[in-house]
Amino acid sequence: MAGPTSPIEFRLDPASGVPTYLQLVHQIEHALRLGYLKPGDQLPKVRDAVASLAINPNTVLKAYRELETKGLASGRPGQGTFITATLNQVALPELAGLRRLLLSWLTAADAAGLDDDGIVALVTSSLRDFRDNSGGSGAAGTTKKGVA
Amino acid sequence: MNVIEASGLGKRYGGTWAVRECALAIPAGHVAALVGPNGAGKTTLLNLAVGLAAPTAGIVTVLGGCSAGSPAALDGIAFVAQNTPLYKNLSAADMVHLTRNLNRRFDQGYAQDRLGELGIPLNRKAGHLSGGQQAQLALTLALARRPRLLVLDEPMAMLDPLARHDFMATVMTAVADDGVSVLLSSHVLAELERVADYLILMSAGRVQVAGEVDDLLACHRVLTGPAAEAGEYAERSCVVHARSGGALAHLLVRTSGPTDPVPPGWDAHPVSLEELSLAYLRAPGAAALPGPARIRNAERAEVAK
Repeated sequence: MAGPTSPIEFRLDPASGVPTYLQLVHQIEHALRLGYLKPGDQLPKVRDAVASLAINPNTVLKAYRELETKGLASGRPGQGTFITATLNQVALPELAGLRRLLLSWLTAADAAGLDDDGIVALVTSSLRDFRDNSGGSGAAGTTKKGVA
Repeated sequence: MNVIEASGLGKRYGGTWAVRECALAIPAGHVAALVGPNGAGKTTLLNLAVGLAAPTAGIVTVLGGCSAGSPAALDGIAFVAQNTPLYKNLSAADMVHLTRNLNRRFDQGYAQDRLGELGIPLNRKAGHLSGGQQAQLALTLALARRPRLLVLDEPMAMLDPLARHDFMATVMTAVADDGVSVLLSSHVLAELERVADYLILMSAGRVQVAGEVDDLLACHRVLTGPAAEAGEYAERSCVVHARSGGALAHLLVRTSGPTDPVPPGWDAHPVSLEELSLAYLRAPGAAALPGPARIRNAERAEVAK
């Protein structure tokens, strides 16, 4: 097999209960947010994904269609599917700063006696309140779509 | 085009019907899973479809109307029977030679490349290859015939998890490259969940469920709610399977779609393919076949308006 054409490889979690095509969509969105994928990057070829995961090619095509609908990728006939947009709205140095802030917040939450589920519940409800009050920035739409 | 079409199909061995009153239409371009408990009639149905058995009743056609077993049907179908049928005393190279000479069409280049990629020693006797290698050899010979329909009977029953993965990867690559339609049987649904986009559920010789996996999942759900109301709910909708404790009941129901309203006080959960199949297999009277189900849904839509 030739060298990798795409910066990413898929993996599947059979126990997650998340449909296979959605797992692929989520992994691409995750890679976009963290900057592993940039506009112009090629997604794994359908044949390669199929050969390495032993899944139905239609599943990969369905995931790529979903990304096209979301405006994140587009297919080039005879070449493959390529990233056309980015979800990575924050530059990496700022990301590190935000992560530090979050860690100190988590330390405080932990000290206050919140367990993991409590923390996730608090973050989720706060985020919802924040979006409801501020109307949200451009990120809100994609986030909600990703959850639904 | 339907790769397999059957109506009123039945096969009797002595006094026992192995398959009866089977109606089926599998469209081309799918990876179809034929699932059912041991003795459900899966192998008999596959044998009827590939022309290895003659029906006692009804008809079965393949590849858009060719009668099963006719020369045109045999040219377009490749079949790998249970327990990887190979001549154990012939070498892999001899098996390739034999298959090439017994078939009108055989892609020698594909067979050699594939066996090379798999690292299967060509001069070793087939019987001395590992289980996984034997399965891959049988599959390679089948695919080298460039079929339009690949039929596999319990292809992975004897394989370890790694060999299963590699075997299925070969099948799925052929689907991606050549658009071959696949029909494969298994009594283990879990191993087909990732690959199948069409499901045929058989029990006691009858086809119980047939349809595209996405459609089946979209029109079934589990409702969880008070057991006291379960009986009332069951009367006016299509409950496939119900499990009930003293207070809480779980109903697996067929609906007209994901937008069907949930009764107040009940929670709706999506179903997995395995849960859906188990529910039907536990309720042999229930059926979800394309014809009747669509009519029933249409009627309910009318009532809802």
